[in-house]
Amino acid sequence: MSNATATAKKKGGFLAGTANYLDERVGVAGILKEFGRKVFPDHWSFMLGEVALYSFLVLLLSGTFLTFWFQPSMVPVIYEGSYAPLKGAEMSIAYASTLDISFEIRGGLLFRQVHHWSALLFVAAAGLHMLRVFFTGAFRKPREINWVVGFVLFVLGMAGGFTGYSLPDDLLSGNGLRIIDGMIKGIPYIGAYTSSLLFGGEFPGEAIVARLYSLHIMIVPALILVFVAVHLFMVVIHKHTHYAGPGKRDDNVVGYPLMPVYVAKAGGFFFIVFGVIMLIAATFTINPIWAYGAYDPSPVSAGTQPDWYIGWLDGALRLAPTHLEFMIGDFTLSMNILIPLVVGVLFLVVVALYPFIEAWVTGDKREHHVLDRPRNTPVRTGIGAAGVTFYAVLWAGASTDLIATHFQVSLNHVLTSMQILLIVGPIAAYMITKRACLSLMRKDREIALHGRETGRVVRLPHGEYIEVHEPMDEYELYKLVGYKAYQPMLARPNAKGVITLRSRIRAVLSRFYFEDRVVPPTKGEIEAAHDHGKELH
Amino acid sequence: MSDKSKSLAKAEDAEHDYSAGLAVIAPDAVKDPGMEPHRVRMTDKSEAHEKRAARQVAALFLFSIVSSAFALYAYFAFPIVEGSNASLRDNTLLLGLGAALGMLAIGIGAVHWAKTLMPDAEVSEARHQTRGSEETRARAIEIIDLANKESGFSRRKLIRRSLYGALAFFPLPGLIVFADLGPNPGDSLRHTMWKKGTRLTRDPDGKPIKASDVTIGSVFHVIPEGLAELEHHKLEEKAKAAVLLVRVDPSILKESAERKDWSYDGIVAYSKICTHVGCPVALYEQQTHHLLCPCHQSTFDLTDACKVLFGPASRPLPQLPIAVDAEGYLVAQDDFNEPVGPSFWERSVNE
Amino acid sequence: MTKQKLNNARRSPLAAIIVILAGLLVSGGGYAVASSAVTSSTTAQTSQEAIDAGKKLFLANCASCHGSNAEGGNMGPSLIGVGAASVDFQVGTGRMPGQASGPQMMKKPVQFTEEQTAQLAAYVASLAPGPSIPSEEWVGEAALAKGDTTHGGELFRINCAMCHNAVGAGGALTEGKFAPRLEGVEAKHIYEAMVIGPQNMPVFNDANLTPEDKRDIISYLKYVEANPSAGGEELGGLGPVAEGLFVWIFVLGGIVVITIWLGAKSN
Repeated sequence: MSNATATAKKKGGFLAGTANYLDERVGVAGILKEFGRKVFPDHWSFMLGEVALYSFLVLLLSGTFLTFWFQPSMVPVIYEGSYAPLKGAEMSIAYASTLDISFEIRGGLLFRQVHHWSALLFVAAAGLHMLRVFFTGAFRKPREINWVVGFVLFVLGMAGGFTGYSLPDDLLSGNGLRIIDGMIKGIPYIGAYTSSLLFGGEFPGEAIVARLYSLHIMIVPALILVFVAVHLFMVVIHKHTHYAGPGKRDDNVVGYPLMPVYVAKAGGFFFIVFGVIMLIAATFTINPIWAYGAYDPSPVSAGTQPDWYIGWLDGALRLAPTHLEFMIGDFTLSMNILIPLVVGVLFLVVVALYPFIEAWVTGDKREHHVLDRPRNTPVRTGIGAAGVTFYAVLWAGASTDLIATHFQVSLNHVLTSMQILLIVGPIAAYMITKRACLSLMRKDREIALHGRETGRVVRLPHGEYIEVHEPMDEYELYKLVGYKAYQPMLARPNAKGVITLRSRIRAVLSRFYFEDRVVPPTKGEIEAAHDHGKELH
Repeated sequence: MSDKSKSLAKAEDAEHDYSAGLAVIAPDAVKDPGMEPHRVRMTDKSEAHEKRAARQVAALFLFSIVSSAFALYAYFAFPIVEGSNASLRDNTLLLGLGAALGMLAIGIGAVHWAKTLMPDAEVSEARHQTRGSEETRARAIEIIDLANKESGFSRRKLIRRSLYGALAFFPLPGLIVFADLGPNPGDSLRHTMWKKGTRLTRDPDGKPIKASDVTIGSVFHVIPEGLAELEHHKLEEKAKAAVLLVRVDPSILKESAERKDWSYDGIVAYSKICTHVGCPVALYEQQTHHLLCPCHQSTFDLTDACKVLFGPASRPLPQLPIAVDAEGYLVAQDDFNEPVGPSFWERSVNE
Repeated sequence: MTKQKLNNARRSPLAAIIVILAGLLVSGGGYAVASSAVTSSTTAQTSQEAIDAGKKLFLANCASCHGSNAEGGNMGPSLIGVGAASVDFQVGTGRMPGQASGPQMMKKPVQFTEEQTAQLAAYVASLAPGPSIPSEEWVGEAALAKGDTTHGGELFRINCAMCHNAVGAGGALTEGKFAPRLEGVEAKHIYEAMVIGPQNMPVFNDANLTPEDKRDIISYLKYVEANPSAGGEELGGLGPVAEGLFVWIFVLGGIVVITIWLGAKSN
């Protein structure tokens, strides 16, 4: 090494030396060049996925803490810890170790609560993020695969949560496992055998907690990490979408550079999310397993519900009508279990496949990086509202008994109302939302053509009163009119002169989607409207 | 009605033209006016504001240090004292608050720094089509063709098909080893601990119950004699054998001919395990004589062989035939005449 | 004693003292006997007075539904044999006198004083034998302090939690009926409810749950009341539904508010 280089290194100091060391071994300079000033758009609705990501990190950290004390064994033991109403009671080691975490270990109860609150937040944020992606059309090409990856993450989150809250082997989650066992038994042909495989014999057995533990701390988190990596990798190669507006096109991305702004904002946001979770965990009780008691197949608590993200499945079970079980010869077909299961799976499948359905209908093969305002896609937004309503009614169905006691109404009336609402609600939500979107689009068109109402009333020389409208500036105008409109297609014969079924279906769907539409005003129409306005002065 | 259009701006290579499908391409559409002019912040214009913002950020970070240090202090200063619920509350609350504020302050400080002091002029970065350029794609196809030619993958049908077969089969041993996760259920679901002469005892202590103990309006939670003392499989047996014992006025019981002697002077015993998905059907409404399951609200009519009145269950609860022994204690006459609990496919097949 | 000796004894100074002592003993003792006789007969009179007063109150407030002889009618059941415990519970918790008819009688502000409640109870108890008000031995402070909360908790979960919820937060029954919240309910009222089985609550007689069992259950409930969760605010003890709503509305909602601040341009 020459003297000059040695001197240069010394001049840079420790940081420069480290950077040099890493560059020579890993090539960090190239990485920094490629990603250091990557642009990310800045909108609050883009941070929901981050909330999910950070909640997951909190889950990993708090979960690791818990693994040092939790023991996933179902061997019965007599409790000798400090919680008086359970002293001397028989319970599984899993339950006893959870009690010890809560009552004997400083910070144990705090971290149990951090873990459980962030689990609820993880799935909620992922769900809200999915809704944002749906309503803005961010699932369109090239992001269809990322939508499916995200969907898988949502389901993995539910799996992680369910396996997790069943670990303490308490009365509430134990009854949840009992319900799962009952549902599995109801599956034709393989049900009883599958139940025996899962529980290692008859329910409850002594195996289930340890098996759920291995799923919960190893398999599910590993899968989530893999899918998160794929999810984020695709965000990097696609670059993030951005909302329509002046200067924002499909061939650019407008925002702030990764370093330093995003490192500060997104990095800071991690601390904010973690801080909020810690604050809630320090002040609000969640899952007080000592109050429920150890699992036993005989007692049960009123108000037995699963965690919120499993609620829609429990609600589906409750809403099934009576007497839905049939005999086929000597065999029992439990439609009261199979129908809710099939409905649940179908719902998930439709959600997962939606981008492909919409892409097929529109036939639009261009890449889309500019987001839609929800009002500008009335049918998609209406479908989303219907889906949300369907999910929400199922979710509410899981708390029929709490609704009955809280509002002092009959349990039976609540249930019957929800059965009706499950069918009627989504249809009504679709119709109302679609009409609302179209109205908003018309209002936007009005404003684009004629400007905003100012409230100033002017009397014209010939006696007419008019309200003065203020035309929009070009930036606001572009926000209103810069969206894409679609039109329905007619079924056309193909090269052989045949109108295929596929073509017919596509035509019908395209009518369903685009028959009612409001097209954005063109430059000519706006100028004509302004001229018309000028005449009145 | 498709329309081809140039969808993305020019790049070095020619861009691929994508079909716009059903989109309406209006030639007279309003043009993009470009990015709005940057609005200057107070912290950009005024040095006093900038200094104040900088002080605020630093203050937040300093507060974070104090808060985290407080959390450390609280961990030791507020220990958990056995028997003192309040001490556990204090430890949890103060440790948590200290840690929470320590983190929130860093986060808010960092965001405030970015918002007020870092440049907030939006920048634009070009996007390129996700697909590779024509040249790249051509080279990729070339590589695949070369690999194909050199290996003979497409050409050598025998190798290819036998490879698929091998890949399909090799994971199977790895899957089959999971078969020992659980035994074949056999007829385990068809039998419970109840046998002829088994006494009905109180849950959880196993004290036998006399018929005279069960007064009208009472509900007893019952387990078979011997279950409370079981060393192994206690919960598995309980999950099938738990029973509800209720006494009503015998005149309101609607009993079928075969079951006339299954009750004793208005005392009836039914399986407590719901025939829907297995929760304990434990709620008894004394005046309506209904049994309600709290999980999914299946309702059963105790006076009419526990048939289903409401809710997603379909089958009535199995009835335990009972009698009284020489000393007046309630005993079972036999096991249930059908499998207890949730349905399963082979339920009705007699083995 | 000879006549002479007696005369001498009468004249000794000790005689005065003896006479005074004797007088005190006789008058004091006599008063004690007389007053106890008076008290017992007063108590007996009070009991009969209580019954009569109770009957008057009954006729004025209860007979319209329960019949003038408490024999029952289509508006209210017969009270013959329900015992003092039933009256103490129903009237003492404000459920009776019943107001609007509905799926079940609702708890309301208590309408009668303790004395009036006792009088009503005495009247109804006089009609036929029935469950009596539990003694301090089972529901007093000292008794509850001795209760086994572990045993009580186990019994509560098996016999009570399915209607009242694992921490006594209450729960739903069919057709608009419900099992009420147990927080703040007096120990003797809980005991009485177990004994009498009000409305759709089943009866838990002493063969099913012995007085010790009942005391243990009440001890458990009072422990839970006295020791709120160390984890913080309990959100009503309603479990995952409350927790889920809270996370969506306040936690995620709060974070969304923060993200709006984060993404907004600074001034």
